[in-house]
Amino acid sequence: MNGVHDLGGMHGFGPVVREQNEPVFHSEWEKRVFAMTLTAMGRGVCNVDEFRRAIERIPPAKYLAASYYEKWLNALEALLVEKGAVTPEELASGRAGAPAPATAAESPGGGVDSFDDSAIKLRFNQSFKPGFKVGDRVVARNFNPAHHTRLPRYARGKRGVIRYDQGVFVFPDTHAHGQGGKPQHVYTVVFEAQELWGPDGERAPVYLDCWEDYLESDRAAAKPATGGAAKPAIRSAAKTSGKASARKPGKLFGKAPNKSSGSTSGKSSIKTSVKIATKAPARKAVARKGGTSAKKPMVKVAAKTLAAKPAVKFAGRTRTAVRKGSKKR
Amino acid sequence: MSDGHDHHDGNDHHNAPLSEPAQRVKALEQLLVEKGLVNPQALDELIDTYEQRVGPRNGARVVARAWTDPEYRNRLLDNAARAIEELGFPPGPQGEHMMVVENTPHVHNLVVCTLCSCYPWSVLGLPPVWYKSTAYRASAVNDPRGLLKEFDIDVGDKEIRVWDSSSEMRYFVIPERPAGTEGLSEDELAELVTRDSMIGSGLAKPPASRSS
Repeated sequence: MNGVHDLGGMHGFGPVVREQNEPVFHSEWEKRVFAMTLTAMGRGVCNVDEFRRAIERIPPAKYLAASYYEKWLNALEALLVEKGAVTPEELASGRAGAPAPATAAESPGGGVDSFDDSAIKLRFNQSFKPGFKVGDRVVARNFNPAHHTRLPRYARGKRGVIRYDQGVFVFPDTHAHGQGGKPQHVYTVVFEAQELWGPDGERAPVYLDCWEDYLESDRAAAKPATGGAAKPAIRSAAKTSGKASARKPGKLFGKAPNKSSGSTSGKSSIKTSVKIATKAPARKAVARKGGTSAKKPMVKVAAKTLAAKPAVKFAGRTRTAVRKGSKKR
Repeated sequence: MSDGHDHHDGNDHHNAPLSEPAQRVKALEQLLVEKGLVNPQALDELIDTYEQRVGPRNGARVVARAWTDPEYRNRLLDNAARAIEELGFPPGPQGEHMMVVENTPHVHNLVVCTLCSCYPWSVLGLPPVWYKSTAYRASAVNDPRGLLKEFDIDVGDKEIRVWDSSSEMRYFVIPERPAGTEGLSEDELAELVTRDSMIGSGLAKPPASRSS
């Protein structure tokens, strides 16, 4: 969605105003909105992508005028109604029209005591093969969807290099619209300042996380004439998939091989009839390899994941998802 | 950072009439309690967690440990969420997928979320208003040097790397350890680590300013 929330690179907002000794919250109601929102997400009323989308739907003038937690309040009210948790009449009157569900009141507050580690499990699920690898040259898609997306406008159509493979995450573009998790790899892509802003830009590269569906192989860079080191995404995915699945999760954080631009590695004598990596072949591979845990069930898990994620209790928790999730290491 | 503050918008001053959002929120909470969707005590507990227990002091402990323990630093670079948890700070929301980026004599890192307000809660708590502001989100990606000047930071001719938190990964900066801190304990070092230094909009304090 080309909304006013997509602020990167815009001008005219003036200096950054900082408050000395800023409190965590500025009023009592901000605290309640914060906590009710986390609880609603913990209860699965909405997931975090739906919540972000609800904020982005606030009309531009209102978005810019509202304080942060006013935006949260707007989004929370809208989602509670949209998801059928409350009716518009109830919201207007502040009184419940129907009796409360019997079991709900006994819960301590939205599963705050339980931590759902399925997002972490999904992240390291090796049945989702990466279509790209560190060092690949890519182009961020040039698209302008009306739906929720996490690819900011300033990066669309721009060329970059994959610096990290961060693992598997649900896809916000579908997850925000009740269309499933569509899990896929997320890559940290480096975009040079000149590529993003032209000659007048400050020379600072931007490291941006891009879901695989946001990326295409940079075919121009793959041509030998340009000296690019890109490899055909599908081929390399197939070639490295064995290695990738043998990798320990921690290696996802590993340093990228330092491929400077123009250094043509000996192996990049690639056929130029390279296919752009699209999701379709990757999905098929998943379905084949994943056996029973193929597309559908995975998506379900993922959907549950983010819904339950924010509700976590900090104090007194000894066992944690990360520890559980990484036992195998 | 002190708990006191210089000003706020006055919405919660005890005898003042409720502002429009305050009234809406009060009505909403009453409704959700009636519906059994929220429990007021559980809300109190969540609020207390983020006002008292989760904040930049946690991140400062992590940085001080990384400065003094090379093996810990390696674990932190390898799997940040797990290493952070070693110090007793569970991942929690907005802290499950963490990556630390380290400042060096040649590289200065700056973190932003241009699309919303993504921030590493587990180590820094909830973000300050300026981090969520349109001005910061707009300029961090294309004028980071100008932005750092606004924050009174001079990084010389270091390469600046801007991390735009567009996914569920959360980025957390390890600032450079200030000169002249060789003899300091981990606790003393943690005192030098400001919130802004872990966003990249600041630097760790020099040891002389410790008491200020």
